[in-house]
Amino acid sequence: MTKITFITQDNESIIVEGNSGNVMELAVQNKIKGIEGNCGGVCSCATCHVHVQPEDWDRVGAPSTLESDMLEFDDHVSEYSRLCCQINVDDTIDGIVLKVAN
Amino acid sequence: MAKSEISDPFEKARLEKGIGEMDDQNDPVIMALRHKDVRRCAHNHKTFISGAEPGRIVIPSEVSIRDIRQIPFEVDPPMHGVYRAVVEPWFKRPLEADYNTALKKQIGAIIDEALSKDVVEVVKEFALVLQSRALTLLFNVPFSESQTWISWGTHVFRSQETALDASKANVLYDYIDKQITHAIANPGDDFYSMLLAAEVNEKKLTKEEIKGVIILTFAGGRDTVINAVTNSIAYFAEHPKALHRLKEDPKLVNFAIEELIRYFSPLTHMGRVVTEDTHVCEHAVKADSRISLNWASANRDASVFEKPNEVLIDRKINPHVAFGFGTHNCLGATHARQILKVLINILIDKVGSIDIIEAEDNIETLGEFKRKVGFNSIKVKFNASNTL
Repeated sequence: MTKITFITQDNESIIVEGNSGNVMELAVQNKIKGIEGNCGGVCSCATCHVHVQPEDWDRVGAPSTLESDMLEFDDHVSEYSRLCCQINVDDTIDGIVLKVAN
Repeated sequence: MAKSEISDPFEKARLEKGIGEMDDQNDPVIMALRHKDVRRCAHNHKTFISGAEPGRIVIPSEVSIRDIRQIPFEVDPPMHGVYRAVVEPWFKRPLEADYNTALKKQIGAIIDEALSKDVVEVVKEFALVLQSRALTLLFNVPFSESQTWISWGTHVFRSQETALDASKANVLYDYIDKQITHAIANPGDDFYSMLLAAEVNEKKLTKEEIKGVIILTFAGGRDTVINAVTNSIAYFAEHPKALHRLKEDPKLVNFAIEELIRYFSPLTHMGRVVTEDTHVCEHAVKADSRISLNWASANRDASVFEKPNEVLIDRKINPHVAFGFGTHNCLGATHARQILKVLINILIDKVGSIDIIEAEDNIETLGEFKRKVGFNSIKVKFNASNTL
């Protein structure tokens, strides 16, 4: 199982586990505050915005061009922003910490 | 041309100029056509505002038929966010299990009835009925209210004769006044009562504010949902393989919903009023003029979408703007998505094929552009699935 820690805007820290699908789905299943996933994961609604910890960035990887385009006009964008519907839940991201942007 | 096809009239202008121009009741509109410009302008809510004279950001303008400000739609940040926070949880109710069960029951009954008929005119006998009944769930009012709403026809402000029908708008306003008065005397667990109890900045909402929210709820999800439902039926009539594929691989349903919404773009565009002399795609626009964010054009931008004029029901990355973009993204999107999800799942379950008998397109004119948004009428025959 892959462990992921979400830190919400209220500074609540929640550890969740999963082994398939994408990170947005896992967050929604665990009712992580600030992750809505309205579009179901097609990179359209930008309601699954997270900030990756700098030390985890290489493991998570940079967004695709289309994903960064969607992030470009988000008020809370940083150089470590990702839409977590575009991150797969697998071993490579085990133990990462994601700060919910909204 | 296939009857379900919705062509893109903006392609040439989008590529060559990036903007389109149209007049609307002597209040011209410069339309942003490219995906990036649409997003940029939607994001810039200080230069391109929604909180102008009520009705002015709607195209065709409703200034002459409406004085009430639609809320949160015609309010800018930061007040927009304050109002939005009040109504947002209510508009997420479509995700609740009970809501979903009721919606399945409603749409299942409509499909059963359609299957029993030789011919169904989808706009008035199917989509209008479906939209009106589903709206009773969003309002949490008795199912019987849908009869009144169905009698209003496909658009709450517009009639066959005229795009802006003031007497029709007054029917809606009078109805809403009565419902609010009723809810004041009989508080319950309906939308009116929730708004009457709600507070913004420690003050109760005024009756005017409540009416603004209610009018938005009636107007925003009317022809848009009706077109999305009708166009979906037309699409599956002409693409039976798509329905079979979704049956075999139900995980694709979510992708299909987003792709159909992108392709249909039920709301062509939405206006903003310009607060300072500026540019849209290098085209000068003056303070107090209007621009629009052309969602339909942005959704066919080939620099973002491969094969933009094709419906790819398994399109995995689909950054469409059919529900708008940024601060003012569609409040009713959750309800709309649930309607399409339930509709598609029941079609998969019960319907084998759909035959189009005859269809008349509903074409919008936007200056030099003519865009099909759906159908004025479309007669079809629903055929039951063989497995039944």
